[in-house]
Amino acid sequence: MTAFRTLSLAMLKGFVRDKVTLFFTFLFPLMFLVIFGLILRDVGADKTRIAVVGDGQVVSALRDSGVLELEQYDDVDAAVQKVKDGDLPAALIVRGQQLEVRFAQSDQVKSATVLGIVNGFVDKANVAATGQPPRFTFSAEKVEDASLKPIQFLTPGILSWGVAVSAVFGSALTLVSWRRKQVLRRIRLAPVSATSVLSSRLLVSTGVALVQGGIFVGIAMLPVFGLKLSGSWWLAIPLLLLGTISFFALGMLVGAFAKTEEAASAAANIVVLPMAFLSGTFFPVEQAPAWLQAVSKAFPLRHMNDGMLDVLVRGKGVEALAVPAAVLAGFALVVGFLASRVFKWEE
Amino acid sequence: MTEERPAVVVRDIRKSYGELKAVDGVSFTVAEGEFFGILGPNGAGKTTTLEIIEGLREPDSGEVRLLGESPWPRNVKLLPRIGVQLQASSFFEKLTAKEQLQTFGSLYGVSPGTAADMLELVGLADKANEQENKLSGGQRQRLSIACALVHDPDVVFLDEPTAALDPQARRNLWDVLRAIRERGKTIVYTTHYLDEAEILCDRVAIMDEGRILALDPPAVLVRGLDAPTHVMVQKGVLSVVDASALDGVEEAHENEVTLTISTRQPAPVLSALAERGALDGLQVRTATLEDVFLNLTGREYRA
Repeated sequence: MTAFRTLSLAMLKGFVRDKVTLFFTFLFPLMFLVIFGLILRDVGADKTRIAVVGDGQVVSALRDSGVLELEQYDDVDAAVQKVKDGDLPAALIVRGQQLEVRFAQSDQVKSATVLGIVNGFVDKANVAATGQPPRFTFSAEKVEDASLKPIQFLTPGILSWGVAVSAVFGSALTLVSWRRKQVLRRIRLAPVSATSVLSSRLLVSTGVALVQGGIFVGIAMLPVFGLKLSGSWWLAIPLLLLGTISFFALGMLVGAFAKTEEAASAAANIVVLPMAFLSGTFFPVEQAPAWLQAVSKAFPLRHMNDGMLDVLVRGKGVEALAVPAAVLAGFALVVGFLASRVFKWEE
Repeated sequence: MTEERPAVVVRDIRKSYGELKAVDGVSFTVAEGEFFGILGPNGAGKTTTLEIIEGLREPDSGEVRLLGESPWPRNVKLLPRIGVQLQASSFFEKLTAKEQLQTFGSLYGVSPGTAADMLELVGLADKANEQENKLSGGQRQRLSIACALVHDPDVVFLDEPTAALDPQARRNLWDVLRAIRERGKTIVYTTHYLDEAEILCDRVAIMDEGRILALDPPAVLVRGLDAPTHVMVQKGVLSVVDASALDGVEEAHENEVTLTISTRQPAPVLSALAERGALDGLQVRTATLEDVFLNLTGREYRA
C-alpha cells in the first residue's frame, strides 16, 4: 500500500512539474475549445441583408419584424448595382403602392427566401387594407431539435479528445522513458508487483482526466460560450474514467512498440489525431458522409464522444451509456491484453 | 570474511547472444563482506555477468547462488537483500534527490525519514531539494548509489559507478564506496579503471572476451608478474653509466628531465642512491594491474 501511494505521489509530482505536459493536457485542448467556441458562436444567427429604396407601410413592417436586415439606398441604380456586384442578394424598390424586387440569380436559396418574405408582408398589408379579419391564421412555436449550438457539441468532443490525448501520451511516454532510463528494471529488482506500479500510473491519469473535465466544462459554461449542462451530466464521470482506462491501455500498446520518446510521441499522434477528426471532436459527426460515419464507429473515441454528448447536453439517462461503456470496456480489455503480451521490461 | 558462507557463488555460467559468447564459462565466489571487483575493457562480459547474478538474465548454463538462493526466476524473497545500482539516469522524472530516495525506498517499505538519511552517506544532504536533472554527473552517480542502498541490502551490485566521472568526483565516490564497505556490506562492482580496482578491491577478477583471466587480490596479481620496479630521480644527480653500475640494476636510461632505473631489487638500489645523496625528485613505480592485463592478454589495456 505504501509503495502504491508513494509511486502515485511521485508520478503526480512528476506530472505537475512538467510544464510541457501540463500545456498539452490542459491549455492545448482549451485553446481549441475557446477558438472554435468563439468562431462558431454566431453561426446560423446571420440575417439576410437586402437593399431598400424608398419607404412605406410594407418596409416599416419588415423593419419592425427584424427578419431581414435592410440597407437603405436613395438611388435605384446604386441599389441594383449592389445586387449585380454580388454584395447583396436582392434589392427592394418601393414606388408608392408598387413594390419591385430585383434579385441575384446566382443565390437561388437566398433570393427565394427574400421573395417569400417580402411577398408575405405584401399579402399581410393587403389583408389589413381590406379591413376584414383574416380567414386563415397560423402561429409558430420553437421546438428543441437534435441539432445543437456549437458549444454544446464542442465541449463533449474536445473533452473526450483531451482525455484521450493525455491518457495515451501519459502512459506511452512514461513506459518508454522508464524503459530507456532503466527505471522499469530498477522496479523489477524491487519486491513490488507490476500491478501496483501500473495502477498507480492509472490513478494519476484518471485524476488528471477528472480535473480536465472540471476545467473544460467550467470554462465552456462561462456566459461567453454559454454551455448548458443537462441534469444527468454526472453520468459523464464514469464514462470519463472508462475512457481514460481504454486510452491508457492504448498508450501502453504504443509504448511497448516505441523505442524512444520521440517515436512514442509520433506514434501516439498518428493514432490519436485521425481518430479525433473522424470521431466528431471538432464537428458533429452527423454532418459527415454516411461511409465516414460507419468508419468512425470503429473508434472508441467516437463512442466516448457519443456518450458524452448524450449525458452532458442531450439529457439522456444511464441507458445512453450502455453502448459507449461496452465498447470502451471491450476496447480496454482487448488492447490491454495485447499490450501485456508485447510488454518489454527492457530494450 | 567468513569462508563458510559465501555471499555469491557462480559456477561455470555461460551466455551467448547469437554467435557472440558474452559470458563463456565464468566461476567465482565472493565472501560475505568482501569488496569484489570485476574488471576489464568494454565488451568483456562484465555487465552480463553482473546481470545474471542479480537475476535479471537467465544464464544459458551454469549455476548462481546469491545468499544461498537462486536469483532466477525473479526471486522476490531475495530482492530486499540485494541492492542494484543501474545507470546514473535511472530516476523518476522531475523529482528531487530526497524524493527519489523516498520513492525507491517505498518500493521496499522503507520509511521516508530513513530514506532521506541516505543522502548523508553519499554527501548529498545539501542537495536534498534539487531536482535530479540539476545535479552534476558525480552527484547523480552518488544519488543512484544511495538509491541502491536505501533498503539496507546485504549485497550491493554496482555497475561501473565511476565511469565518465572527473578525477575529483571519482575520488569522492571512492570515499562513499569505502563507507559502504565499513557498514559490512558485500560489494560486487565492475569497473574499467584498473588503478581504482587496485585501490578499492579485496580481490579482482580480470575479464576479457567473456572469460576470467585471473582472480586474486590486486597485490598478489601484481607481485605474481615479477615485473621490474622503476626508480626515477631527477636528471643529473647521477650519470647513466654510474647508475647502470649499481648492484641489482638491470637497465638505466634518461630523458631531458628524468633518470629511470629498472630493477627487481629496489631496496639495495634505493640505499645505494641514498648513500650518494642522489634521491632528488625520487619516484618509485611498481607494476600495476595494467601491466597484469598487458601480460595476460598480450595487448595494451584500453578502457
